[in-house]
Amino acid sequence: MENYLIEMCNISKSFPGVRALHNVNLEISKGEIVCLLGENGAGKSTLMKVLTGVYKQDSGMILFNGKELDLTNTRQAYQRGINIIFQEFNLCPNLSAMENIFLGNENRTKYGLFSHKRTRQKALDLFKKLDIVINTDVPVATLSVAQQQMVEIAKALSYETKLLIMDEPTSALTMKEIETLFTIIRSLKKQGVAVIFISHKLEEVLAISDRIVVLRDGENCGNILAKDATENTLVSLMVGRAMTDFYTKRNCQPSEEILLEARGITGGTKIKDVSFSIRKGEVLGLAGLVGAGRNALVKLLIGADPKSGGSVYMHGQEIRIQSPKDAIKHRIAYLPEDRKFAGLVLPMTTRENATLCVHTKIQNMIGVINRKKENAIADTYIDDLRIKVFSREQVAETLSGGNQQKIVLAKALAVEPLLLILCEPTRGIDVGAKAEVHSIIAELADSGISILIISSELQEILNLADRVLVMHEGVITANFPIADANQENVMRAAIGSA
Amino acid sequence: MVTEKRNSKEREQSTFSLLVFFQKIIKRRESAIFLALVGIMVIITIVAPQFATGGNIYRVSRQISLVAIASLGVFTVILTGGIDLSLGSTIGLSGVTCGLAMAGGVHPLFAILIGMLTGFSVGIINGLLVSYVGITPFIVTLGMLSIARGTIWIITKGWPIENIDDRILVLGQGELLGIPVPVIIMVVVAILIHFLMRLTVFGRRVYAIGGNEEATRLSGVDVQKIKCLVYGISGLMASITGIILVARFSSAQTSSGDGWELDAIAAAVIGGTSLSGGAGSVIGVLIGASIMGVIRNGLVLMRVSAYWQTAIMGLIVILAAVIDRVKNKKV
Repeated sequence: MENYLIEMCNISKSFPGVRALHNVNLEISKGEIVCLLGENGAGKSTLMKVLTGVYKQDSGMILFNGKELDLTNTRQAYQRGINIIFQEFNLCPNLSAMENIFLGNENRTKYGLFSHKRTRQKALDLFKKLDIVINTDVPVATLSVAQQQMVEIAKALSYETKLLIMDEPTSALTMKEIETLFTIIRSLKKQGVAVIFISHKLEEVLAISDRIVVLRDGENCGNILAKDATENTLVSLMVGRAMTDFYTKRNCQPSEEILLEARGITGGTKIKDVSFSIRKGEVLGLAGLVGAGRNALVKLLIGADPKSGGSVYMHGQEIRIQSPKDAIKHRIAYLPEDRKFAGLVLPMTTRENATLCVHTKIQNMIGVINRKKENAIADTYIDDLRIKVFSREQVAETLSGGNQQKIVLAKALAVEPLLLILCEPTRGIDVGAKAEVHSIIAELADSGISILIISSELQEILNLADRVLVMHEGVITANFPIADANQENVMRAAIGSA
Repeated sequence: MVTEKRNSKEREQSTFSLLVFFQKIIKRRESAIFLALVGIMVIITIVAPQFATGGNIYRVSRQISLVAIASLGVFTVILTGGIDLSLGSTIGLSGVTCGLAMAGGVHPLFAILIGMLTGFSVGIINGLLVSYVGITPFIVTLGMLSIARGTIWIITKGWPIENIDDRILVLGQGELLGIPVPVIIMVVVAILIHFLMRLTVFGRRVYAIGGNEEATRLSGVDVQKIKCLVYGISGLMASITGIILVARFSSAQTSSGDGWELDAIAAAVIGGTSLSGGAGSVIGVLIGASIMGVIRNGLVLMRVSAYWQTAIMGLIVILAAVIDRVKNKKV
């Protein structure tokens, strides 16, 4: 048997209603580069959070140099030499590179003051080890994204790192910067550091890793040497899941009439010249990986973020949407990705949340709310959506995730939308509520509402949609009628290798 | 099925409606601070019996009403998660413009309108800077605090305006059925603000913004407009206090309202208004203002030195915040 640096044995972890990891194994040797591959929600992040002490596994064991490792927080992980660089950097933008690197681990003079001299020297030593040149003294906010990442790596190495975990390190880098990063990773390997590399980009995965571990639905489903793998084998390992979920089937076909057409939508840093259309009563799935720009596109469409170009046509007529208010006026309703941050006013009641979009319908001439009308609207959707509340006066905060999501849905439906945009409608809700939301979506489409649905669960889109658009890095890369779409070709388009 | 259940629940509620009503009252946070107010009044009466005399109550209630009116204005701002530090200076400035108008021979009704318009305008300028330019409310209103006070000095060169029309004095010195006119004005203002906040779409949106601004914006609410208007309301309420003060002292003092922003904000906070927005009630603000006024008066009656009074008032504000914090943590 080999001597592994880290051995994770039969790790299981559940959250209320979700089984995130089930008997997962992962081992890595000194100086080895292992890539962790899997769809969104396959359990990669959870596994890494268990390894770094953010979460405690429900069962299973972690061996570190053959001895059992029992972490209760990330600090202990750092002290043992396990370090992680998250996709969003954990740097203080106002502090300099050297101050960031030694934050919480400062070099002091013999009088207990911050030693600029020693800190700078140590930072320069680290940069030399990485063979990079970065100004140690300017605020990191003035550095490029790639340089900031180098600072993160240097910070990780300032502790004696034995294992470095990198969560999608290349997503914000240019080709040339990726090359530099790979050079650094290879030199770390030579110094005996083990690296776990998480990425969606198969090309990179094949280029940098020694071994590839594939996760699917929280279980191991592949462990192959990079030299034996091809993009094809990896894709089929990632998506080859059995169809175990139940979904409601549609009764009606969408009509031929086009409801809404978006032409050349441009805005933000990501979205450039995106065009698509949606028919009346059609469920249009928008697939893609996290960060592909799906949510950014939708926010431009409803006027939540400013568009720098493009136009929107409804029933063939151009409409101007400059704020969510305009969108609602044109009966475009939106269910945001994060219900707690953007969907609900948590301290308000079910009734008050349900009618938040439709104040114009419930007020009289001087702006006084007609409680009868308001109660009627709230009750209609509480019944229609089968929201489980004691009364319409129950505060949103006190409800389960599934019922909270239904309130957000009620709020959107109160608009009586022609187009309903759903972002991650089933994220973080239990299986039963999920099935209910699915059947509600099918019913709504059958009633003639057009639905644009974004989901990170590909299976969800494939089961609900009439047509699938796939986005990759701010561009639509594929448009499949549902009959032609399958996990493999959608995934291929999503990772940009179609 | 579902409707049946709901009906039976309603029926149950009507049977025990009196009980439920009392339970609801006891559960409300206003009840706790109301009890605190009663307790404080009992203690003060024991230590200084002259507190409970008619004359004293009359004076205290008039004093409380002045702070309470301004407090009800800033209350609407705090509900959105903002703050208005400029209201003390706005009180002074509105009084001065109102006084100047009267000194210039303008009819007192128009002078009152000019004073109110001054306060409203100051507030709207705050609101425009906060919601459309996007500067933090603390900075905007801190700057306005100095600008408005400075404007008073510039206009008056430091001298109070004395030739006030006699017809206005009833607002500060008069009484109706034995109740001071300022207290009556406070009650009217309180009812109006309560109505605005609880029964209109505008009020609903104010609470929604304080509860979750992003969700409210995505729900198609013009958040900027609402936020701008609450500062206007705060300025308007401050101007009412300012005009009453002019009537009370028969002159527009240049230092009028100086430092009152702290009392007004403290009254709202003691009354249970959450500084992060979205929670609070008019009745709470009134009780909060009463607690502040009663304690201040009690300290005077107990012959506590003025130096100590200031420190004790600050202590009470922090104490109220600590109690609130501890209570929320337990739940």
